[in-house]
Amino acid sequence: MSDHEYNPKSKFGKWFNDRLPLLTLANHLTDYPTPKNLNYWWTFGGILTFCLITQIVTGLVLAMHYIAHADMAFDSVEHIMRDVNYGWLIRYIHANGASMFFLAVYIHIFRSLFYGSYKAPREIIWIIGIIIYLLMMAAAFMGYVLPWGQMSFWGATVITNLFSAIPLVGEGIVTWLWGGYSVDNPTLTRFFTLHYLIPFLILGLVILHIWALHVPGNNNPIGIDVKKPSKDTVPFHPYIVIKDGFALLMFMIVFAFFVFYTPNILGHADNYIEADPLVTPAHIVPEWYLLPFYAILRSVPDKLLGVVAMLSAIFILAALPWLDTSKIRSAVFRPLYRQFYWILVADVLVLGYVGAMPAEGLYLLIARIATAYYFLHFLVILPVLGFKEKTLPIPLSITEPILGGSPNLATAKNKESLNR
Amino acid sequence: MKNSIRIFFLTTIILGFQFNSNAAEKVEYLKTDWSFKGLFGKFDRSALQRGYQVYTEVCSSCHSMKYLSYRNLSEKGGPEFTEAQAKAIAASFEVKDGPNADGDMFTRPGKLSDKFVMPYDNIKAAQAANGGAYPPDMSVLVKARGGGVDYIYSLLQGYVDPPEGVTLDDGVYYNKYMYGNKIKMANQLSDGLVEYSDGTNATIEQMSKDVTTFLMWAAEPHLEARHKMGFKAIVYLIILTTLVYFSMKKIWSRIETKV
Amino acid sequence: MAEKKTNRRDFLFTATYAVGAVGVGATVWPMIDQMNPDASVKALASTEVDVSSVNPGKTITVLWRGKPVFIRRRTDEEIAEARAVKLEELKHPEKDEDRALNPEWLVMLGVCTHLGCVPLDQKGDYNGWFCPCHGSHYDTSGRIRKGPAPTNMEIPKYEFVNANTIKIG
Repeated sequence: MSDHEYNPKSKFGKWFNDRLPLLTLANHLTDYPTPKNLNYWWTFGGILTFCLITQIVTGLVLAMHYIAHADMAFDSVEHIMRDVNYGWLIRYIHANGASMFFLAVYIHIFRSLFYGSYKAPREIIWIIGIIIYLLMMAAAFMGYVLPWGQMSFWGATVITNLFSAIPLVGEGIVTWLWGGYSVDNPTLTRFFTLHYLIPFLILGLVILHIWALHVPGNNNPIGIDVKKPSKDTVPFHPYIVIKDGFALLMFMIVFAFFVFYTPNILGHADNYIEADPLVTPAHIVPEWYLLPFYAILRSVPDKLLGVVAMLSAIFILAALPWLDTSKIRSAVFRPLYRQFYWILVADVLVLGYVGAMPAEGLYLLIARIATAYYFLHFLVILPVLGFKEKTLPIPLSITEPILGGSPNLATAKNKESLNR
Repeated sequence: MKNSIRIFFLTTIILGFQFNSNAAEKVEYLKTDWSFKGLFGKFDRSALQRGYQVYTEVCSSCHSMKYLSYRNLSEKGGPEFTEAQAKAIAASFEVKDGPNADGDMFTRPGKLSDKFVMPYDNIKAAQAANGGAYPPDMSVLVKARGGGVDYIYSLLQGYVDPPEGVTLDDGVYYNKYMYGNKIKMANQLSDGLVEYSDGTNATIEQMSKDVTTFLMWAAEPHLEARHKMGFKAIVYLIILTTLVYFSMKKIWSRIETKV
Repeated sequence: MAEKKTNRRDFLFTATYAVGAVGVGATVWPMIDQMNPDASVKALASTEVDVSSVNPGKTITVLWRGKPVFIRRRTDEEIAEARAVKLEELKHPEKDEDRALNPEWLVMLGVCTHLGCVPLDQKGDYNGWFCPCHGSHYDTSGRIRKGPAPTNMEIPKYEFVNANTIKIG
């Protein structure tokens, strides 16, 4: 794991480190050579770590007061909001924290897409990331069920019913998931258990994610391999730590604004109505971060195929390192890919928008086109682009163009705009 | 730095996008100036006290408020009745308690720690007494309706004669602001319905505003504490962000690269 | 010039650390305070007990704040016994007159001051209470006489609302 031998100065330190090399690990983490041209899009890894820890800590605290029972869950949430000391604060942090977590993870993923961070030798980091993302969706969904409001109940009903699309065994699986003939108390208690478990799985995967990152080192905005440590790198501490810290604080200002001034705007009003198995809310929508996938699901007029399309939309990402055939990592030097990239961003935003709208008329048509384009991007555009695209010349090192030594003016210019 | 500002704006845009998509079915609600809106928003104490009066005298015969206790009435950030007043209010209600030593249920005057007495024993009883429609619990009603306070405020004043061609069944009324326009609650408010002890003129508008303010507090009893803490937290974060920004500049000045 | 610069930098870093530490502290507090009794628990502080049916020589046990409270209507012998004890003999000297304002009624928390078990009524060497967990003996005034418990059983705040009703808390 470490690139160099580390010798603790103190005798005790050496004694301890020989038995458990924690000091070597700490030294590796502080000295870890990081490309010095990382821009602010790279700060979201640190921000995500913060989000995960926030969710785990506030979640543990909420679990001390929450009661996972169909008759008491809603009451216990109100008890937290009204009577528990700072309960309202902790719950609002946890609820909005989920949204902030997804906001950060989407920026993190799209940063990776832009700069080609998923390409060799970082495929494993990318795939672990996709698994983390899947687990995040599972955790968020089950967490949303726990307050046992109308959206909790009907969201759980609709999502678990997706499994009934599986031929032959589908119905059996759904009954098994529910522990009954409908979403009810057994469903709630198992969702609570899993909701409690998953964050710790994510934490473990995050450690692997970072470990896998520290083997090849960070990608960077110009996407070239960096010799480390060298003139192109800076030690993680204090340079990256302080920069991540600054970005994190900016993020926290946005976070705080939501928690303190509009704590319910990202939620849905119907979830303040206690679950009622007899009445479905007029307009069922998942949380905003799942809307693009929801739109894909609804755009296919067949139950099984809809589910398949939705799942493929996620799993296709895992194959991305092999679907993208270009040898160049960063979109900075791929003028065509850069344009397709922004079209994809717009496409996903459009999917999110129509996901929130009723599935009829024009919305449905837009959803279908956007879904088709989503798959087209990954399955056709990316593989072909790798062969056809004329890329720009890439610089030899990070320092080179900044110092004005690049033979290629356009490259130097491009880089400059990146560094700002 | 420029990049971080860009990120800041982008997140705002994305989230703004989300709000728009949430507000799909927009109806123009009646507007009024709520004292609790805004960064420093606070409840108007006398409006809360009047609102409580409207709730008890008008709404509470059908609508429960099961998450509120009489003690809440004297707590900070609420109507802030004195403790003696809150005790007197509690004692004016008969609360079912028990079982006693003989195993029987009995009634006693309410205490501060008691929850608001419910008009019906259970939902079925409430439905039976109201033509099949359950008058929803009002503890979190404001948060449970898309339009929030504006919706409730408008609904209370939204009773009009049905437009031509709309026929109403027995026990169904027409309301401009109700989802689908058909509501099973008859118009409850009329000018001078309650007599405010502070001499405020009890117009329909006034009562709607007071009771809606009261409902907002009932749904968000810690709203004032939240606003206060939020202001402190954000000021604090801005100070720390500034300090960290200059520290970062210092540290990165050791090498040539800009941040 | 160079020295001045260093000083300012040091001050900047110190200020950043200090302000950061304040924030961490302020964030940790709600996470700790949430485990303290919440508003609904604090509100249930008092309970009223009807004692009209308790005969002399009988004890009733009621629940107050999740703990048992012994309400004993003492016999004359018990009162005499409790009042005859010299203060010097007591591990935790308290007059019976101070513990039972109305001598007939002894109202105390039925919790052994050793490690919190509930003592048994009318047991032990002093005709009072005996804690089966670790062998503490209490007298007819609930005072510790023998065994590991350090203090007498606690008297909660209570009052007679009327002749038949005691309000605890």
